[in-house]
Amino acid sequence: MRVLGLDIGSRSVDAVWLADGGDIVDAAIADSGYDPPAAARTFVERGGHDIVVATGYGRHAAREAYGCTAITEIKAYALGASAIFPQAAAVLDIGGQDTKVIALTANGRVADFEMNDKCAAGTGKFLEVMARALGYSLEEMAAASLAAETGLAITSMCTVFAESEVTGLVHRGEDRREISRGLHESIAKRTLSSLARVSAAGPLVFAGGVAKNAAMVELIRAGFKGEVLVPEDAQTVGALGAALSALADIATDATGA
Amino acid sequence: MSEEAVVDYHPMWAELGLDLPTHDALLGAVGQMYGAAFLKQENRPEGMSYLDFVVSEVHGLRIKELHDFRAQGGKVVGTFCLYVPEEMIRAAGAWSVGLCAGAEFGYDEVEKIMPRNTCALIKSFMGFKLTRVCPYIEESDLVVGETTCDGKKKAYELLGELHNVYVLELPQMKRPEDVAFYREELGELQGKVEELTGNAITAESLRTAIKEVNDKRRALQRIAATRAHSPAPISGKDALLATQVAFYDDVPRYTQMMNALADELEQRVADGVGVAPAGAKRILITGTPMALPNWKLHDIIEKSGGIVVGEEMCTGSRYYDALVPEDGETVEEMLEAISAKYMDINCACFTPNQGRIDDILRMAREVNADGIIDYALNFCTPYQMEAFSVDKAAKDAGVPLLKIDTDYSAEDMGQLSTRVEAFLEMI
Ligand code: SF4
Ligand code: SF4
Repeated sequence: MRVLGLDIGSRSVDAVWLADGGDIVDAAIADSGYDPPAAARTFVERGGHDIVVATGYGRHAAREAYGCTAITEIKAYALGASAIFPQAAAVLDIGGQDTKVIALTANGRVADFEMNDKCAAGTGKFLEVMARALGYSLEEMAAASLAAETGLAITSMCTVFAESEVTGLVHRGEDRREISRGLHESIAKRTLSSLARVSAAGPLVFAGGVAKNAAMVELIRAGFKGEVLVPEDAQTVGALGAALSALADIATDATGA
Repeated sequence: MSEEAVVDYHPMWAELGLDLPTHDALLGAVGQMYGAAFLKQENRPEGMSYLDFVVSEVHGLRIKELHDFRAQGGKVVGTFCLYVPEEMIRAAGAWSVGLCAGAEFGYDEVEKIMPRNTCALIKSFMGFKLTRVCPYIEESDLVVGETTCDGKKKAYELLGELHNVYVLELPQMKRPEDVAFYREELGELQGKVEELTGNAITAESLRTAIKEVNDKRRALQRIAATRAHSPAPISGKDALLATQVAFYDDVPRYTQMMNALADELEQRVADGVGVAPAGAKRILITGTPMALPNWKLHDIIEKSGGIVVGEEMCTGSRYYDALVPEDGETVEEMLEAISAKYMDINCACFTPNQGRIDDILRMAREVNADGIIDYALNFCTPYQMEAFSVDKAAKDAGVPLLKIDTDYSAEDMGQLSTRVEAFLEMI
């Protein structure tokens, strides 16, 4: 039996197809666009699977549309991250609209978790808005941050306030590299304190779109007591976890447990 | 709920001075919320039809009863807190109604006279008053406030400019001298309600009132006890509603109907009939009280596949767990007993408050909870602060706990349901 795991997020829809034994057959990423369920539908229609499990903020809509099972991003990231790194003790996922930190039990289950508030502080969205304020692309902003010696303290984590703060700093003629670094530092600080609140220990798996940002990875590594692992396909960890949960369900159904 | 011959209550509401269009909007919204949260549940106990009816007539028939009672010279007293003993109000011949409001309404008006960052409960009752949409407060000849948290204390000053308000002072600790102080305050309250109704509280009337209110609590205790069984015979939402209605409804009638519901639930337990699948995760909720029509968290939990099996809150066990001893001979003795029983309620406004933590852990065991969800309204300092001690105690006892801070708005529903679902997956 083949399964399809879908992570329907606000920025992208990620898909992972797994074979019986858990081997990845295929993976794909699409832009969410204005209608994430529609973006997800193209993957569902591609076929080649018997079961669909959805996660992400569009999971309920998907459940209604295709009658699939839905699991939360928390469970999906825990499953996905511990499949890639069996030694994982914690997971950090900084996505487009939210940040999750998860502490794992010894056998890879969720022990505790925390999510950011409804606002976009500290998420991929926040970085995007700030890059625009600086006149950078996301890649340029990460590179600028890495090139800076010190970071300029940013006082606000509210996207709207921070944006005007950044604009003000640029107008004052501050070094854009230092502003970039300051922005990354403020997210890292906030993320590290969430990790501390759930008593996360290493090895920590850093997943989600923002894990592709080398400046962010460097700062989390510097501030976290313990090893930080970044999966190659950081963005599809949730979709992988969703697919794995389907396989686990099939296994329990088969044993009748 | 759309019966053929619906009575038009608009003339009565107009007489009360309600703002009719705004009031229609509120009732419409509550009706919609009720339908979505309650009526679609599967396998509901039949006894719930009484509560469905009460809610459908919450501003209708029940208000008419209050209206008629007052037309014959009866007095109605509105209250906001458990520490105002309804036994005493009844013993003076008045009716007591709970006023706590559980919906976001009239905040624009409220924010003209109060800080934005005030808890939803206070904003709601002020909003209801300022926009003239609550018939209960308009039917209240007297509102009895109390000095629990700072927000309420100051809010009663503002409410006092718009309504007849009397404030009962509460101590903040529970030492013997504090209990004695509260007993004295009850003496003041006695004078106040006697003056209002023109009736003296007698040993006879107080004994009857104690018995009646205890009977109501006994019925609620029976309902609560059935929820400890698996599968739970009633949803948490329905059980919460039963407690919420306890503050408004006619006491003997309500008691009778709740005993009938309890009979049915006990039968369900005997037959192994439940409302949620056997494997549904069992949740105990603790924290800030949930005033009618605040059903948000229960709704999220139960729509996520969990089942709420207990509420350690004022709209829950704190209200019905303890009874007033019924063997007092004199008014004096009975008031003594009342003050002792009420000072035993574990509200987060008191310090120290280990009793509440003990209650939570005991309840978690008694109802066989798989996890606890600690609920606090944003800006409710007492419960938000205490959440940390509750969390620690639960973790030490090996019970998973999720802390939720929210308000009455629908804004954070998506985020809340992700957190609740993840908690249910985790435990
Ligand atoms: S929480 Fe405290 S202040 Fe509020 S109603 Fe209950 S006892 Fe009163
Ligand atoms: S105790 Fe909390 S919820 Fe109740 S009125 Fe005070 S601040 Fe509001």
